Amino acid sequence: MEAFTTHTGRAVPLRRSNVDTDQIIPAHWLKKVTRDGFEDGLFEAWRKDPEFVLNRPERAGASVLVAGPDFGTGSSREHAVWALQNYGFRAVVSSRFADIFRGNSLKNGLLTVGLPQETVELLWKLIEEDPAAEVTVDLVDRQVRAQGITADFALDENARWRLLEGLDDIDLTLRQSDEIAAYEGKRPSFKPSTAVV
Amino acid sequence: MGRTLAEKVWDDHVVTRAEGEPDLLFIDLHLLHEVTSPQAFDGLRKAGRAVRRTDLTIATEDHNTPTLDIDKPIADPVSRTQLETLRKNCAEFGVRLHPLGDVEQGVVHVVGPQLGLTQPGTTVVCGDSHTSTHGAFGALAFGIGTSQVEHVLATQTLPLAPFRTMAVTVEGELPEDVTAKDLILAVIARIGTGGGQGYVIEYRGPAIEKLSMEARMTICNMSIEAGARAGMIAPDATTFDYLKGRAHAPKGADWDAAVAYWQTLRTDDDAVFDHEVVIDAAELAPFVTWGTNPGQGAPLSARIPDPASYEDASERFAAEKALEYMGLTAGQALRDITVDTVFVGSCTNGRIEDLRAAAAVLEGRRIADGVRMLIVPGSVRVALQAVEEGLDKVFTTAGAEWRHAGCSMCLGMNPDQLAPGERSASTSNRNFEGRQGKGGRTHLVSPQVAAATAVLGHLASPADLSDVPTLVEA
Ligand code: SF4
Repeated sequence: MEAFTTHTGRAVPLRRSNVDTDQIIPAHWLKKVTRDGFEDGLFEAWRKDPEFVLNRPERAGASVLVAGPDFGTGSSREHAVWALQNYGFRAVVSSRFADIFRGNSLKNGLLTVGLPQETVELLWKLIEEDPAAEVTVDLVDRQVRAQGITADFALDENARWRLLEGLDDIDLTLRQSDEIAAYEGKRPSFKPSTAVV
Repeated sequence: MGRTLAEKVWDDHVVTRAEGEPDLLFIDLHLLHEVTSPQAFDGLRKAGRAVRRTDLTIATEDHNTPTLDIDKPIADPVSRTQLETLRKNCAEFGVRLHPLGDVEQGVVHVVGPQLGLTQPGTTVVCGDSHTSTHGAFGALAFGIGTSQVEHVLATQTLPLAPFRTMAVTVEGELPEDVTAKDLILAVIARIGTGGGQGYVIEYRGPAIEKLSMEARMTICNMSIEAGARAGMIAPDATTFDYLKGRAHAPKGADWDAAVAYWQTLRTDDDAVFDHEVVIDAAELAPFVTWGTNPGQGAPLSARIPDPASYEDASERFAAEKALEYMGLTAGQALRDITVDTVFVGSCTNGRIEDLRAAAAVLEGRRIADGVRMLIVPGSVRVALQAVEEGLDKVFTTAGAEWRHAGCSMCLGMNPDQLAPGERSASTSNRNFEGRQGKGGRTHLVSPQVAAATAVLGHLASPADLSDVPTLVEA
C-alpha cells in the first residue's frame, strides 16, 4: 500500500448525503477482475449530466472530495475505493462515513477524513467560490487546512501508523502466526467445517 | 459487569489483544462469491500465499448468474469471465465451490444457513454487506471488503476495531398482517440509514423471540441498511431446531457440547448497551419505501411526505432528489403507485417461507395485465422444496415467471434488470438509484405486499384483495 503522509490539492464539493457505493460505482462495473480501470465508472450515472460537479472543467485534476454525510453506505464493494483512487482522489472528507467503506479506504491508502458538518459547509463554501483553492490533508498533524480553515480530525493511532508507513496488514498479521496456531489448537471440535461430509 | 451477546462472541474469538491495537479475531466461516474475490486471490498469488483454512471456506456463484437457460453458456462475456475466474481460483487454491447448476448453488447468504454452516457463536465473514443475515443464529457476521477477503484467506483472522452495542427491543406481538420485512423497514425508517453506524444491533424482545429462523434472517439481513456493522439475535430452541440434522450441524456428542455452549450466548441481565431503541410491535403495519434509500419508507396507508417538512437540510435535499428520481410527488397516496414489475427473491426474502407467503396470496388469482412478476428462489434447495410443495404451479398459474436460483433482480449485474423508468415492487433490500438496472425505480416490500401488488397492479397489501374474487380452477 502506498503511504499517506500529507496531501495538498484542489477539491470537489459533492453536496449530497447518503452517497451509496452503488452510486460511486454501479454494479455492472463489478464484473472486472482487476483493481484498476474503474475511473470511468466513478459516479457513472451522475456524470451523464454535463453540469455534474465532476464534469466541470475547473474541477479537472482535483484530488480531494468533500462530500455530504453518510458517504459510502450500502454494498461492501471495495471497487468504490478503487474507482475514487483510479480517478485521482487521495482523500475524502465527510461528516460521517459508512463503516465498511471507511475500512476499505484505509486498507488502500485513501484517507477518509471525518469533520463536523459545519466545517464541511465551510469547505464547500470556500471551494465553490474559488475552485482553485487548495486543501491540505495532513495525516502527520491530523489536520485539514485551507484558506481561513484549520480543522483537526480524529483517526485512531493504529490506523494512522499503518497509513503513514504504508504497511501491509497481512504481513503484520502473519508475524502472529504462532498465536493463530495456538488459537486454532484450542477451538472446540463442534465448530463448523466446510469439508464435504 | 455483564456482557452482551455480541461481546461474548467477540471475546471468544480474540487471538491477540494489545493496548492501542485492534483485536485480532479468528474467523470461523468465510463465504466467497465471484464478485468480491478475484482481486483477493490475485493478491495471494502475487505474494505466493496459500489459503490458510480451506476447511473454513466455501464459495458459490450468485450475482452474475442468469436465472433462465442456465444450461447455455452465459451470454455476457464479462460475467462469464468473472465466474470462470472464481472456478479457476477455487480449483487452484483448493476451495469448495458450488457453481451454477450444482444442487447447493444459490445466494451465498441462503446457502450458508441451509447447509448448517452458520452456527451460533461463530464469526462469519463474506465480501458482501448482507453477511449480517447470518447474525440471526447468534453469530457475529459482517461484510468485508476485498482487501479483508484476502486477509482472511491468508490468515483466517481479521484485525478489528471494537464496536458499540445497540439493543432494538420489539415489545408486544406483531399484528397478523405484519411481517419481519415490515418490521425491519420500520426500524430503518426510525433510526435512519446512518443510525446503526459503528454498532452491532441485537434484536430482542417478545416479538423477535416468536419469529421463525427465516424471519429472523430477514431482519438481520437489513441491519446493514441502518448502517450497522452487524445484527444479531440470541440463539434459542427455534435456532437449535432449525440446525439439527443439517449437513454441517454438529452430530452426536458434538451436538450436545455445542448446544450447551450455545445456551450461554445470551446478553447478561446486568449488561449495558451503548444505545437502546424500543419498538411497539402492535403499532406496526405493512411498510413500503417511496425513496432511494431504505430509510425513506412509510406505512402502506400513508402518503408520500413533503420534503419541505424535513428540518434537516441534507435530508430535505435527499427527499427532493429521491422524489425526482422516483417520478413521484409529495402527498401522493402510496397505494396509488402503479408498478410494472414485481420481484420476489434475494437474500432478504428468497427463502421457502417467503415463497409460501407469496403463493398463499397468489393462489387462485391472476397478476394484473401488464405486470411482469419474477419469482426467484434464493437457492436450488429452496427451488426444489417449492416444487415439491407445488408452489411453482401456483406462481405460473397466476402468470408469474418461475426462475432459477440467484441474486437476479436484486442488483443489475445479470440479465434480470429494470429498464429505465420502469418501477418495481421488490422484496430485496436496496432501493438505491439504478440498483435494479439503470434508471429503474424500486419500492421495497414484503413478499405478501409484493404478491398483492402484482394482483392489483399498484402497491397493496393482501387485505386489499378481499374484494377480488379468486378464480375457481377448471
Ligand atoms: S441477493 Fe442481493 S443483496 Fe443478497 S447477496 Fe445477492 S445481490 Fe447481494
